[in-house]
Amino acid sequence: MFSNFLMALRAGGVPASLTEYLALLGAMKAGVADYSTEDFYYLARATLVKDERHLDRFDRVYGAIFGGIESTLEDLQQAIPEDWLRKLAEKNLTPEEMAEIQALGGWDKLMETLKKRLEEQKGRHQGGSKWIGTAGTSPFGAYGYNPEGVRIGQDGSRHRRAVKVWDKREFRDLDDKVELGTRNIKVALRKLRRFARDGAATELDINDTIRATASNAGHLDLKMVPERHNKLKVLLCLDVGGSMDDHIRTSEELFSAARSEFKHLEYFYFHNCPYEGLWRNNHRRWSEITPTFDVIRKYGPDYKLIFVGDASMSVHEISQPGGSVEHMNPEAGKVWMERLLQQYKRAAWLNPVQEQYWRHTPSIGYIQQLMENRMFPLTLEGLDRAIKDLKH
Amino acid sequence: MTKFKGTDRYIASRDLEVAVNASVTLARPLLVKGEPGTGKTVLAQEVANALGYPLIEWHVKSTTKAQQGLYEYDAVSRLRDGQLGDERVRDISNYIIRGKLWEAFTSDTPVVLLIDEIDKADIEFPNDLLLELDRMQFYVYETRETIIAKHRPIIIITSNNEKELPDAFLRRCFFHYIRFPDRETMETIVASHYPNIRHDLVREALTLFYEIRGVPGLKKKPATSELLDWLKLLMVEDLPVEVLRARDPKTLIPPLHGALLKNEQDIHLFEKLAFMARRGT
Repeated sequence: MFSNFLMALRAGGVPASLTEYLALLGAMKAGVADYSTEDFYYLARATLVKDERHLDRFDRVYGAIFGGIESTLEDLQQAIPEDWLRKLAEKNLTPEEMAEIQALGGWDKLMETLKKRLEEQKGRHQGGSKWIGTAGTSPFGAYGYNPEGVRIGQDGSRHRRAVKVWDKREFRDLDDKVELGTRNIKVALRKLRRFARDGAATELDINDTIRATASNAGHLDLKMVPERHNKLKVLLCLDVGGSMDDHIRTSEELFSAARSEFKHLEYFYFHNCPYEGLWRNNHRRWSEITPTFDVIRKYGPDYKLIFVGDASMSVHEISQPGGSVEHMNPEAGKVWMERLLQQYKRAAWLNPVQEQYWRHTPSIGYIQQLMENRMFPLTLEGLDRAIKDLKH
Repeated sequence: MTKFKGTDRYIASRDLEVAVNASVTLARPLLVKGEPGTGKTVLAQEVANALGYPLIEWHVKSTTKAQQGLYEYDAVSRLRDGQLGDERVRDISNYIIRGKLWEAFTSDTPVVLLIDEIDKADIEFPNDLLLELDRMQFYVYETRETIIAKHRPIIIITSNNEKELPDAFLRRCFFHYIRFPDRETMETIVASHYPNIRHDLVREALTLFYEIRGVPGLKKKPATSELLDWLKLLMVEDLPVEVLRARDPKTLIPPLHGALLKNEQDIHLFEKLAFMARRGT
C-alpha cells in the first residue's frame, strides 16, 4: 500500500526495513490510526524511525510523499492565479526592477529559475550534507523581491497548508551527524582495545577459588575479581570546515565508528590547526569554546590523541602568531601542537588526503614534522599503521 | 481494548498516545528516548494505571546481564547446601531464581513491564534479549522447560542514549522521542501537578526556567522534574514574585537554584556570568 513511501524513506536515508513496514501495516489493520492523517503520521513515525537523528529526514520524506494527498482538492480552489500575482508584482516594482527581470529572461523564466533553485535546495538537503546558505548571491534577494511572495505564486496553497507537524521539522537539530555502519573501521579500531580489570568484583576467579577452598579444608571459599573492561581512552580532534568539506564523509564514518567502539572517547573540533580554543559543537563554535589548556588539564596523559585533518593550509597558519584565517591567535599553532603533543605522548594524525599528494602541500610536510612522522592516510591500511604506532 | 490517554497528572501529547497504543495493540515493545527528566519512567506507571495492569519494573545498571531478567541459577547456594547435606539440593528448581521477565511472562493478568535505562547495560545486552522479546518465551536449561508468556506483556523500554542500540533490536520496537515540552504544555503540566499554585509565580518561574535552559554550555539542562521540584520549593518558601522578577545582575543565579542546577560546573558557570554582568554594568 505504501511501498513507495518505504522506498522513499530508504532513499532519503531512514534505515527502515520490511519488518517495520509490516508492523506499520499491522497497526493500520488493527485500527491504531483511524481516519486521521495526523495519527497516521505519528504511527508511521513510531514504527519506521528508531533514532531521533532520523526524525528530521523522516519528516522531509513524509512531507514530499504525502504532502499532496490532502491538497488535490484545495489546490483547485485556492491556487493563486499567476496572472494576479504578475499584476501585483508589476504594481509594486519599479521600472528598473522590471527591466532587470526582463534581462533575466522575463517573468516566466524567473519563476522557472526560482522553482529550480528551490528544488535544488531541497535535493541538497535530502542528501544529508549541510546546506550552506549562499542566499546572498541569489538574484531573487538582490532585486528586492520578497522570496516568500514569489513562492506563494509558485506552489500556491501548499505553502500555507504546509504548517503541518511534519513540515515544522522540529527535529532538525538532532540530524547533525551521519551514522554509517562502517564495520571495517570498527574492526580496525578494535585492535586498539586494551582490557583491564577494575570496578566492583563481580566475576568468579576460578583459580583463586580452588586454591582458597583447598587451603580452607575443602569448604568453599569464593574469590571474585572485577570484570574486564576496555580501558582505552581516546581524545579525537577533528578538523572541520574549509578544505575539509571534501572529506566530511570519511571523517564522519571514522567518528561514528569510534563513538561506538570506545567508552572513553572525547572529541573536539578545530579549524585547520589547533589553537588556544577547541569546540564541541560545530553549530555553536563561536559561543562555546573550550580553552585548549582546559582540555590538556582535564584529560590526563593516558589519553591517546588522534587528529583528523587534511593539514592543507598556508604554512603561516602553523608557524606564525596571528596566522589563523579566522581569528587573531596570540600564539602560533605550532606552539599549541607542541603543547598537546607534550601532554599526549601517544598521538597520531590521520589525513584524508591521499598519501601520494602529500608532498605537494608544504603545510602537510610541516605538520608531519611536528608530529614526528606520525601522520597516516585515513584509509584502512593507514588506520592500521596508526593503531600499531599508538599501541606501544 | 482500553486505549491509553494522558491523565490529569500526566500530560501526554497525541504522538505519544499513538505510539503507546500501537505498541499495546501489536504487543511489541515501545522504546522511549528523550532528555533526562521528561517523564520517560513515569510513562510506564501511567500506562499501567490507565490500562489497570500491574507494573513490573526492571532497572538496568551497568552490571546487569540479560540473563538476570530471565532467571539465575544459584549454583553457589546449591554447592553450599550440598556440602551441608541439605535435602533441597536434589531438586535443581530450588535454586532457580526468577527474573523480571519470567515474572511478567507467567503473570495471570497482563502486565506492563518497564525496562528502565537499557543503555546503561553492556553493549550486548539488548542483543541478548532479542528472541525473548520477539517470541515472548525462553528456555531454562537447568530444568529443561520453556517459559511461554501467558499474556504478551506491554514492554516499555527507556534509554538515555548513552550507547547506541543495535539495529536488530530497534527493528522489534516502536520508538518515541519525548521532546522537551514547550511553554504552553509546560503550563498544563505544572497546573496538573500543583493546581493551587499562584499564576504569577508560574509565569515568572517559567520565564526564568526557559532562560536558564537557553544558557549555552550547561552540562545538565534542567528538565520537567527539576522544574516541578523547584516550584514546590518556591511554594514552600513562599517567596514573593518580585524576587524572581528582579533579574538583578548581582544575583543572576536564580533563587533556590539547588533544585535546578545539579552540578558545580553549572553553578560555577552562572557565577561567572553574574561576575561578567557585574563588570559590564
